[in-house]
Amino acid sequence: MMPLLRSFIALRWIAVWQRNGRVWRKLAGPALLGNIGEPLLYLVALGFGLGALVGEVEGVDYLTFLASGFVCASVMNTASFEGIYSAYTCMAVQETWTAMLHTPLDVHDILIGEAMWAATKALLSALFIIIVAAFLGAVEGMLALAVLPVALLSGVTFAAMALVVTAVSRSYDFFLYYFTLLLTPMLLFSGVFFPVEGMPQWLQQLAQLLPLSHAIELVRPLMLGEIPQGIALHLLMLCGYGLLALLLAARLIQRRLHR
Amino acid sequence: MSTVVRAHGLSKCYGTQRVVDGIDLAVHEGECFGLLGPNGAGKTTTLRMLLGMTPPNGGELTVLGYPIPEQARQMRHLLGVVPQQDDLDPEFSVVENLLTYASYFGLHGSEIGQRIEALLDFASLRQKASERIDALSGGMKRRLAMARALVNDPRLVILDEPTTGLDPQARQLIWQRLRALLNEGRTLILTTHYMDEAQRLCDRLAIMDRGRILDVGSPSELITRHIEPHVVEVHGEGVERWREQQNGHNLMRSELVGETLFCYTDRERELVESLCGHDGLQYLSRHATLEDVFLKLTGRDLRE
Repeated sequence: MMPLLRSFIALRWIAVWQRNGRVWRKLAGPALLGNIGEPLLYLVALGFGLGALVGEVEGVDYLTFLASGFVCASVMNTASFEGIYSAYTCMAVQETWTAMLHTPLDVHDILIGEAMWAATKALLSALFIIIVAAFLGAVEGMLALAVLPVALLSGVTFAAMALVVTAVSRSYDFFLYYFTLLLTPMLLFSGVFFPVEGMPQWLQQLAQLLPLSHAIELVRPLMLGEIPQGIALHLLMLCGYGLLALLLAARLIQRRLHR
Repeated sequence: MSTVVRAHGLSKCYGTQRVVDGIDLAVHEGECFGLLGPNGAGKTTTLRMLLGMTPPNGGELTVLGYPIPEQARQMRHLLGVVPQQDDLDPEFSVVENLLTYASYFGLHGSEIGQRIEALLDFASLRQKASERIDALSGGMKRRLAMARALVNDPRLVILDEPTTGLDPQARQLIWQRLRALLNEGRTLILTTHYMDEAQRLCDRLAIMDRGRILDVGSPSELITRHIEPHVVEVHGEGVERWREQQNGHNLMRSELVGETLFCYTDRERELVESLCGHDGLQYLSRHATLEDVFLKLTGRDLRE
């Protein structure tokens, strides 16, 4: 934990963050379309289409309910893709990390830089969805701005989890396990599309273990201009998952690159 | 003259395999030091340990005065690395690659601007400054990798097979640049498979095999120490018969490799004269080279 903390404070990771930002600027068009365009299409289609059938959910119209779920889902997807595909390409294909390790940067600097960059992209995607949701009347009040730090924190958490997968992957195919076994269930059972209260008790309890559930429990009230309940627990879960994943990823990447 | 790299009993095992088996090394400031050896000799692992990329299993190692791997980060501020495989950023132009790499050393903006201008000239890449990496030839990429390794003005530059895969023109240019670095007083450590390269560039070199250092010295020292000054390569019909006739004259040690008889001698004139009149035999008389030493130490040993 100490090396991670020291590295975070020393700010060397900013060079890694900036490098990724520079790459992103070159490819921003398709990247933006994928990260932001797609969730927006779903939001509008499902919000209006399904919303007409569903009516109100938890006292708000379905589009409003869905918008906060989509903010979180988009944070998860964006950070995960970045932590998996981009990071794996840098590590295993382009040898970018090896080049970095030939400089004063170390594994912790790289890891934090990658996670912070993925979280930055996740934050951007959250911001775009909030703006569009506001135009659609799905946001109440300025408290919605408090979603942004939550999005950043959740972004770090999901990126760190993805980096653990990257650290043990031998090929791009391996990522399907993570998507199918973890990300898809998380997307379906954390309350993005419907309230978890409608599911059986045991499934609800399982859902409480998923980091995405806690992100949603923070974001959903904030989008409606309300203070969330149990803030401490939700933050603790997000931070806990993030920290554990970072420590594990650091150990695994260290072992992989410093053979 | 101070010592830039000092290794004592340095070892690395993977499982039960001892890839580097207790080597001692001393590299002096300002010299070009070569690591030679067949594939699997332990060269790359040795380099990785010097860089702090691979933690040794045993022994002591200091690079530029820093204990490695404990203080590898501080050491890498003064180090340049030119890796064997291309690890340039493909999304970036030539200049962006240099700027980005400089940022890893905490170098930014105007302080690095002038240096990058100089490095573009050094690498003869000014015309290509804003080209993307995939528009560069193999030689240009290698020169960019060298320029990149110099952004932090390193005292020591480590190069892993710097000219492998390049055409003769590109190799010549790399050699010129490496000499320029030596003239600036930098220390170079390189690995290579090319004996001519090692003989041209290296002040001293170590020949490695199976994780051990077989010998260390300047190219001419190694040649004098291990081999006669001349080699006559003979091939053609009747070469075996001629060899038998030579037995007893004590002119040479010889070794038949395939169709060719390698004769190692310090009396090459007498030997060549004895070849006259053997119409079926063709020969090449030359000075002994590092390659002869290398093959003697690592490969097919001499039979007499």
